[in-house]
Amino acid sequence: MNMGNDWMDAAHSTGTSIMAAEFDGGVVIGADSRTTTGAYIANRVTDKLTKVTDHIYCCRSGSAADTQAIADIVSYHLNFHGMELGEEPPVEVGAAVFKELCYNYRDSLMAGILVAGWDKLKGGQIYSIPIGGMCVRQNVSIGGSGSSYVYGYVDANFKPKMSKEDCVKFVTNTLALAMSRDGSSGGVVRLGIITEKGIERRVILGTDLPKFYED
Amino acid sequence: MTSILCPEIPKPGFSFDNCQRNATLESKGFAVPKATKTGTTIVGIIYKDGVILGADTRATEDTTVADKNCEKIHFLAPNMYCCGAGTAADTEMTTQMISSKLELHRLFTNRVVRVCTANQMLKQYLFGYQGYIGAALILGGVDSTGPHLYSIYPHGSTDKLPYTTMGSGSLAAMAIFESRWKPDLTEEEGIQLIRDAIAAGIFNDLGSGSNVDVCVIRKGSVDYKRTYDEANKKGVRQASYRYPRGTTKVLDTKVFTVEETVHQLETESMDTA
Repeated sequence: MNMGNDWMDAAHSTGTSIMAAEFDGGVVIGADSRTTTGAYIANRVTDKLTKVTDHIYCCRSGSAADTQAIADIVSYHLNFHGMELGEEPPVEVGAAVFKELCYNYRDSLMAGILVAGWDKLKGGQIYSIPIGGMCVRQNVSIGGSGSSYVYGYVDANFKPKMSKEDCVKFVTNTLALAMSRDGSSGGVVRLGIITEKGIERRVILGTDLPKFYED
Repeated sequence: MTSILCPEIPKPGFSFDNCQRNATLESKGFAVPKATKTGTTIVGIIYKDGVILGADTRATEDTTVADKNCEKIHFLAPNMYCCGAGTAADTEMTTQMISSKLELHRLFTNRVVRVCTANQMLKQYLFGYQGYIGAALILGGVDSTGPHLYSIYPHGSTDKLPYTTMGSGSLAAMAIFESRWKPDLTEEEGIQLIRDAIAAGIFNDLGSGSNVDVCVIRKGSVDYKRTYDEANKKGVRQASYRYPRGTTKVLDTKVFTVEETVHQLETESMDTA
């Protein structure tokens, strides 16, 4: 009995706006909170910033099932690696494990992931792993369907070595702009500030989002 | 050449021999048989002392109602229940299999199993089958860390939420939750909210119907209320519409004698020599 209910069997996917930016002393990661099945919002308070280790997080975009499964597997590998190493694995290693899975299973996965974190070797780092399984380090990175609307804003406004609060403001503004133009993104802005001390989580409610030209 | 001594080894892997034939048959208008899907409304909420699950009781096969009073709230463990939507056979077998694994896990660890464990088992199982197991589940339970509610999709993604709905009636039910759910509801308020959400599905979604099942899970106790409410009771006929005997007059009577002939067959004894 299919009555045009695409939301019933459409794959669960995170039509998304995600981003990460380096600042002086760490990284800020951010995401919107919308999960869609077809045109239906299956979850309006999703947390797309997923913990991998205490100092490595990932921003997920693409198929919710695929990215959750990958994050769980990488989390297992890095915890195991951490025990053998006797210390936390570097962000670069975390990104390499993500890349290995995303590349080897590129034909069956739909996953665009940003791996971000802090380690004592290289400080705050961001690795972008787009759909084919490439892995590249960037100072600032955006992803998901909403990102196409804000490349210009990011290029014009990102400055290396910003202060923490300037960086948080920059990420919030970028995501608010992306969410306002992209129909598959929306809800609240979820943030994570990863430094030597670990992560600090923040939420900016839909009513408190910065406002731009709206007409 | 195939022989007894040198048999032909069949090709390994799945045989796709019939795929082309099936495609041809389908293009010529042969209707492919479909599995029974529970066009469903299932819901769950977290309230003050635990979680409450709810479900309708209609199972459909295309547009036919296959079962008017089926059970969609499945047992997983003494502290965990699971509502199922999607392919009826898949939700039934998946929950039974995970229930068995959870019991073995309890015996092995000698602890009450946690809800997050059941969630992880279910999502890994469903992800392995890449969505081919059509089970959309709402998992609810209480463990040492408190009440938990998850929605699990056929492809293996999960959400952890304070209130959730699934199935074809999920939109109608979610409309009720979005307007009336709040944190720390009492048990009475919670059950009433669940009933109203399922009733919204029953009345506004063609795939859902019949009765409301409710399951309340608190710390250390469960109340499974099968047929908590009959959303649409069948009306009682006001009067008898049967015609009394003799309403239709007998105008003419004819009696025939039917001749019967009986053939007696001799039984033949079995040769026991």
